[in-house]
Amino acid sequence: MTSPDLTAAPNRPRPARRRLPVGGVLTYLSLLVATAVVLIPLVVVFLTSLKTSKEVGDGSALSLPGNWFNFDNYVTAFNDGKMLLAFGNTAFILLFSIGGTVIIGSMTAYAVDRFDFRGKRLVMAGFLIATLVPSVTTQVATFQVINGFGLVDTRWAPILLYMGTDIVSVYIFLQFIRGIPVSLDEAARLDGANAFTIYRKIIFPLLKPAIATVVIIKGITTYNDFYIPFLYMHSEDLGTISTALFRFKGPFGAHWEAISAGAILVIVPTLIIFLLLQRWIYNGFAQGATK
Amino acid sequence: MTGRSSTRKAKADTRGSRRNQAGRRGPTAGRTRSWRDSPLRRITPWLFLAAPLALLITFTYVPVASMISYSFTDWDGVSPDRENVGFDNYVSIFTRPELFRVFFVSGYYLAASVVQIVVALYFAVILSFNLRFRNFFKGILFFPYLINGVAIGFVFLYFFQDGGTLDSVLAWLGVSTDHAWLGDPTSANVSLAGVSVWRFTGLNFVLFLGAIQSIPSELYEAAELDGAGKWQQFRHIIAPSIKPVISLSAILAISGSLSVFEIPYIMTGGATGTQTFVIQTIKLAFQFNKTGLASAAAVVLLLIILLITWIQRRLVPDDKVDLV
Repeated sequence: MTSPDLTAAPNRPRPARRRLPVGGVLTYLSLLVATAVVLIPLVVVFLTSLKTSKEVGDGSALSLPGNWFNFDNYVTAFNDGKMLLAFGNTAFILLFSIGGTVIIGSMTAYAVDRFDFRGKRLVMAGFLIATLVPSVTTQVATFQVINGFGLVDTRWAPILLYMGTDIVSVYIFLQFIRGIPVSLDEAARLDGANAFTIYRKIIFPLLKPAIATVVIIKGITTYNDFYIPFLYMHSEDLGTISTALFRFKGPFGAHWEAISAGAILVIVPTLIIFLLLQRWIYNGFAQGATK
Repeated sequence: MTGRSSTRKAKADTRGSRRNQAGRRGPTAGRTRSWRDSPLRRITPWLFLAAPLALLITFTYVPVASMISYSFTDWDGVSPDRENVGFDNYVSIFTRPELFRVFFVSGYYLAASVVQIVVALYFAVILSFNLRFRNFFKGILFFPYLINGVAIGFVFLYFFQDGGTLDSVLAWLGVSTDHAWLGDPTSANVSLAGVSVWRFTGLNFVLFLGAIQSIPSELYEAAELDGAGKWQQFRHIIAPSIKPVISLSAILAISGSLSVFEIPYIMTGGATGTQTFVIQTIKLAFQFNKTGLASAAAVVLLLIILLITWIQRRLVPDDKVDLV
C-alpha cells in the first residue's frame, strides 16, 4: 500500500488539484477514521498472534506483545491446523479450476462470437438465464448431482463446480474477443488453418489481458470460498484454506493467540498478492462485477 | 453476486455480433462460401461448446429442475422413495413462524447495505479528487473485500469478545461497557451486519470509483466555469452518471441480504437469532435430512431474487447500465 505508483488509477487528467479549505480537514479526518476502522481489528489480531497465552489472558486486547518475535503460535497453527495440507489442496483446486475456467470461458466466447450457427441464440439465452440463478439457492439439488457422480468428498467436486458455474468469465472473454479483428482469423484461414488452430494460435494468445483479469478474480474468490469446500469436502485431509481454518478453531476454542495466528497466516498471502497486483485487482473486480 | 447485469450486456452482445458477421462476409464471400456449407463447419462451434454446455446444463439447469421437483415431495435426500406432498412444503415455510423468521434477519443486512452504499459512495466521491495518499486510502478501503471470510469471522469474533478489541477501544476512549455484543438477538444481528459493512464496502467503493472516473473531466471544468460548487457538481454531474451502478449495487445488496451465509455461520453458527435463510436451508437439507422442505425454501429464495431482478430491469432501462 506504500507504493503509490502501482495504483495510479487509469488517470485521465483531473481538473487541476482543487482545494477544499474547510472541507479538507474533515475529508482527511473521515479518511483517517475509515483507516482506523479497517485496520484496528486486523492489527489487534496480529498483535494477539504474537502474544503468549498468559499475555492474552492478562492484558487488554490493545496491549503489545512482550516479545515481537514470538512465532510459536504460528508454528502451532501451521502444524495443528494442517495448513500445509490446506495450502496444497487449495493450490490444487486453484490450478485446475482456474485453468478450466480460462479454457472453457475462452472457447465459449470464441464459438459464440466467431461462428454463425443454428441454435446460437438459444445457447446465448442458456448462458444468460443461468446468470440469474444464484448458486447458493440451488446447492441442495446440486449436491445430489455431485453425489450422483460419486464426487462428494473429493477435490473434483469444487473444481467442477467452480468451472461449471462461472458465467462472469464467459462475459469478460466475450467482451474482449469482440475487439480482436476478424481479419486475423481470415488471414490464418487462407493459410489453411482450421478453427481449432485459429483458436489456439491466434485468439488465445491475444486474450492475455482478459485471461489475467479472469485469473485474478477467480483466484481470489476461489481462495476465499468457504461454502463449497464446506459442503462437499468433509474429510479432514481435504481441508482448503477456509475449511482448515474453520476446523482449527474447534479444538482451540478459547486460545485466541493460536486462532489469531491461523487467521493471519491465511490473510498474508492475500495481502502480498494485493500489494503486488493492486491496479489489476481493482480493474478486474470492476469489470467482473459489472459485466 | 455478480452476474446480475450480464443479461443487459448480452443483449447488446447478440446485436453486436450479428453486425460483425454481416461485415465479415464481405470481401471473402466467394472463398468462404463452400467452406461455410461444409458439414464440418456446421459442427465446429458445437465442438467448442460441448464442454461448456455440458457443465452449464449439469450444474445449473439440472439442479434447478430437480430442486423444483424435490420441493413438492417429502424426500429426505437419501431414501429411494419419496412421497408427493403437493404444496405442503411451501405452506410450511409461510405458516411456521420459526421457518419464516429468517426473513426478518435479512432486514438487518438490508439496512446494513444502505449504510454500506452510502459510505462507499462518500469515499468514492472524495477519493475521485486528487488527495494526498489517495492510493493508500484506496487500498485500505478495498482490502477487506479480498480477505478470506473465515479469517474475517475470527477477527470479528475476537473484536466482539468480552474484553476483546471493541471493548478495549471503547475503554481507551473512556466509554466502559460490559455489553455482550453477540449475546442477544438484536445486538448480535447488528454486530454481524456491521461486519458485512466492513467486508463489502470496498467492492461498492471500487465500482463507484470506476464509474466516477469514467465521467469526462470537461464536465467538471464547464461546471466550474458556470460557478457550480462541490455539492452542485456532485448533484448534477456525478449522481446522474453513476445512477446505473448504484441501482446495480442496490440489486446486489438485496439479493445479497437474502443469501447471507458465511459470516453468521462462522461467528455464531446461527445461534442467538442470527440464523439466515441459507443457514436454515443448509441445516434442513444436510442436518435434518429434509431435502424436500429445504428445496421449497430454496425455490422461494430463487423466486424472490428473480422478482427483484425483474423489477430492477423494469426500473432501469437496459442500455443505461454500461458505464463502467
